Amino acid sequence: MPTVGEHHIVKSYDEQLKRLHDAISRMGGLAERQLELSMKAVETRDDTLAGEVVASDAAIDADEHFVNEQTVRLLALRAPVADDLRTVIASLKIAADLERIADHAANNAKRTLVLNQTAPLAPVRTLLRMGRLVQELLAQVLAAYLQHDAAQALAVRARDQEVDALYSSLFREILTYMMEDPRTITACSHLMFMAKNIERIGDHATNIAEMSYFLITGQSLADQRPKGDRSNTEGLAP
Amino acid sequence: MSDQIVETKMNAASVRVHYGAKEALKGIDLDIPANRVTALIGPSGCGKSTFLRCLNRMNDTIVGAKVSGTITLDDEPLYGDGAIDPVLLRMRVGMVFQKPNPFPKTIYDNVAFGPRIHGLVPDKDSLDAMVADALTKAGLWVEVKDRLGDMATGLSGGQQQRLCIARAIAVRPEVILMDEPCSALDPIATAKVEELIDELAESYTIVIVTHSMQQAARVSHLTAFFHLGSLIEVGPTERIFTAPEQQLTQGYITGRFG
Repeated sequence: MPTVGEHHIVKSYDEQLKRLHDAISRMGGLAERQLELSMKAVETRDDTLAGEVVASDAAIDADEHFVNEQTVRLLALRAPVADDLRTVIASLKIAADLERIADHAANNAKRTLVLNQTAPLAPVRTLLRMGRLVQELLAQVLAAYLQHDAAQALAVRARDQEVDALYSSLFREILTYMMEDPRTITACSHLMFMAKNIERIGDHATNIAEMSYFLITGQSLADQRPKGDRSNTEGLAP
Repeated sequence: MSDQIVETKMNAASVRVHYGAKEALKGIDLDIPANRVTALIGPSGCGKSTFLRCLNRMNDTIVGAKVSGTITLDDEPLYGDGAIDPVLLRMRVGMVFQKPNPFPKTIYDNVAFGPRIHGLVPDKDSLDAMVADALTKAGLWVEVKDRLGDMATGLSGGQQQRLCIARAIAVRPEVILMDEPCSALDPIATAKVEELIDELAESYTIVIVTHSMQQAARVSHLTAFFHLGSLIEVGPTERIFTAPEQQLTQGYITGRFG
């Protein structure tokens, strides 16, 4: 009697899917590390470290390119269905999110070089808090993806509101700071973009959570995700 | 086509088939929706062709075959008391086979055969119209209209298969059963038959058995997966091929089986 096995009858299909999986897992590690080091560069005001982060961005771009090519090849040659199809589609989308995460981290590293030329700014402490939260979410969502844990993916998605709330609060803090001392406007403007970058990384982590959930369950999370970012309307007269 | 609820054309309930001592179908319950294409998939020996043949009593011709349970066409029983007459049934439920099997007659006579024996036409003119109509619906008219008197066996494989489809629809059936209609055809002829299936679904209920998963995915609205004489899973084709509920279905369609 035939049984359902772990492996495809065609072994090379398994190998191609594994290479895709390995690339995503490697990109996840790289994105996590880029985010971690960029935040460390901000905290320690380390120009050298910031420069290393900027220089390391090429590796993750190369992996994303590989995932794109591998995806097209798998779709064209294997016509994947069911969980194989979901794996291929999720890989393509998750790779794009991870590449963007690394871009935002590299952009923050560049801006660190500017911050380091002026006196330390108080709102940086809030930025670091935001960074720690987003790092935690990224680690958690990558674990959810790798361990096929749908509940964990949902948990990450629910926590994006915390990032948004922190971002709104930081936005107001930076505005106040600039109003008090216009000489900080240049550095604070950079800080604002850095906060936005981290907020975007949180959004990408949420995207990965949604794709992981789709990959694991076959259900897409169509309903509007919870939003806690009010900075878009900050200063808007009632 | 949308997922809206459609009327049931044929219904199977607890259908069992024995070939002698061997149980080929172990209690099948399935609704065949009207004006939709239902694909039956599964490995060789799973019972999908046996089930298809129950739908127009083709199993009657097999010695030792015994069918139990109920099958209805528009709520009329196919088997047992008050059953539809098998000859009438096969007019209402036509069939197209794996290998094109035109009669060794002219193209015209192949298509005219059914309407003639069923006495569907009063005169030559209406028979001509019926032949032209069936060949047009089968997408073959333009290719053969100037040589209707030629032998059907001289047509290409793809044309022969479309001729068989024309022959099936000439008697104005309500349901068309197709048993791997493209497995002997090249990709172009296959595409033409698939396009035809799309068009025919507007007027007919179609049930197709196919070994090509991609064909099931391309042409059907509903997919039913059979395994060892049981119906494992049935659902909208899109769902079966993106997120099947049963491990067996997933194993089979992804090739992790055996």
